[in-house]
Order: sequence, then C-alpha cells, then structure tokens
Amino acid sequence: MEQKTKINAGDGKQEIVITREFDLPLELLFKAHADPEIIEQWMSHAHRKTKVLKQENKKHGSWQMETTDDKGNKVFGANGVILEFIPDKRITRTFEMENTPFPVQLEFIEFEKLTDETSRLTMQMIFKSVAVRDQLLKMPFAQGLTMAHNRIQEIAGKFKKK
Amino acid sequence: MNLRRDVFQAIADPTRRAILLLVASQSMTAGAIASNFDTARPTVSKHLQILTECSLLKQEQTGREIYYHINAKKMKEIADFIEPFRNMWEERFNKLEVVMKKYKSK
Repeated sequence: MEQKTKINAGDGKQEIVITREFDLPLELLFKAHADPEIIEQWMSHAHRKTKVLKQENKKHGSWQMETTDDKGNKVFGANGVILEFIPDKRITRTFEMENTPFPVQLEFIEFEKLTDETSRLTMQMIFKSVAVRDQLLKMPFAQGLTMAHNRIQEIAGKFKKK
Repeated sequence: MNLRRDVFQAIADPTRRAILLLVASQSMTAGAIASNFDTARPTVSKHLQILTECSLLKQEQTGREIYYHINAKKMKEIADFIEPFRNMWEERFNKLEVVMKKYKSK
C-alpha cells in the first residue's frame, strides 16, 4: 500500500512537518481533530486506549489526554493550551508530555480543502532545540525496540508456563 | 567524526539527498557529481565530505581518480530509523480516515 504520510525534518531545524492527504471532506477531517469521542477512536489502538480528559475548543482553552494499557495503567499523558481554534482552518496549540523531561512544543495544525471529497492536513511542530527535535524523532524507534523486547518476553513467558 | 554531524542532519539537506540519489545509480568522481549541480564546486565538495564523514558515502581509489559510492548498509539504517515515526502517524491517520468514513455514512 502506498504511504501517504510525509515527514519533513529539515537540516538543523527545530521543527518537524507532517503532511497527509485524506480521502475525506475538509469538514470531516477537522471534526476528527475537534470531537473528543472521535479523537479517542483514532488515537487508540490494540493495546493502548486513549482517553480525552479535556478538550476546550476555543482560544485560551486547554486540552488533556491520557493513554492506558490493557490493565488500565496510565502509560502516557499529554496536555496543553489551545491558542487558536478556527473551524475548518487551523488549530494552534501547545503540547506537553507529562512526566518526561521533554520541553513543551508548539503545534500548528492546518486544514485545507483539496476537492469536495479530499483534504490535506499539515502539522508543524516546533521544538525548543534541534537536539530535542532529533530525540523526539528517534523516540518511536526506541519504543519499537522496547515493544519488540516486551513482546519477546511475553512469548518467552508463555513458553515458561507450559 | 564530528558528533554533531549525525546522519539525520546529513540527509535533511536537499542537495545532499540529490547527491545520494545520483551516486546510488553508479559510483562517480567528485567532478562528475559536481557537474550535475549549479552550485559551486567547493560547496559540492563540502557536501561530499559531510556524507563521507557520516559513512553514507565511501571513497574508493581507482588509479588517480577517487570514486564515491553509496554505503547501502548505512542508508538502510536511516530508513529504519525515521520509518517508525512516520509509520506511527501513518497508522493513526489511516485509522482516522476509516473512522470518519464510517461516521459519514451514518
């Protein structure tokens, strides 16, 4: 399958730009970023459930969400302030990961109409430094390793029980 | 090797990416590589130096000429590295699309 998501992390820059074209009208793409129930649906996956605790869609509003594992343990929390909320156009917000040394980041989430049935999302994330950006970029790689490791332990554990 | 020159910074530059694409097709001398760009020769040399320092390119002496060729192993390392980040978003967005298509047909 063709990969539709593009990542642009320019040389020595303090930003990451993520772009993606959707087979969805602009209004639906925007709604997916504003409606707490819908956000929970697409941010959750097999062993990780995301819950939106707060989503005040207005200037100076705030947002908060958390992710729990199968046993209900909190594995990830994030929150921030909404700086701009312009329906079908833009959400500007801060993003801060809880209980991590990562400094707060700034996100410009732009929504564009392409045709009546397609739209484009551009997420520009701005970081405190190039080093912080690079570290964040490498995080899923590290997580992937940890998850693979856990999975191996899980399988090995099953073997032991037999 | 200068630690600040990590491979991610190396491939973030469009000219360097173009050089890698060019050399990927065949080994080339610095002169042959430079002839493909409008930029000044010393600028291309600097890019080649960075790519070599990061082990993305390897130099090979053939007679009096030095040929640059791609280090496939290192290239794969990078692809593997940035991929998880992209995949994470790709999966989220694929799901978003599915969720909203269902929502639409309600």
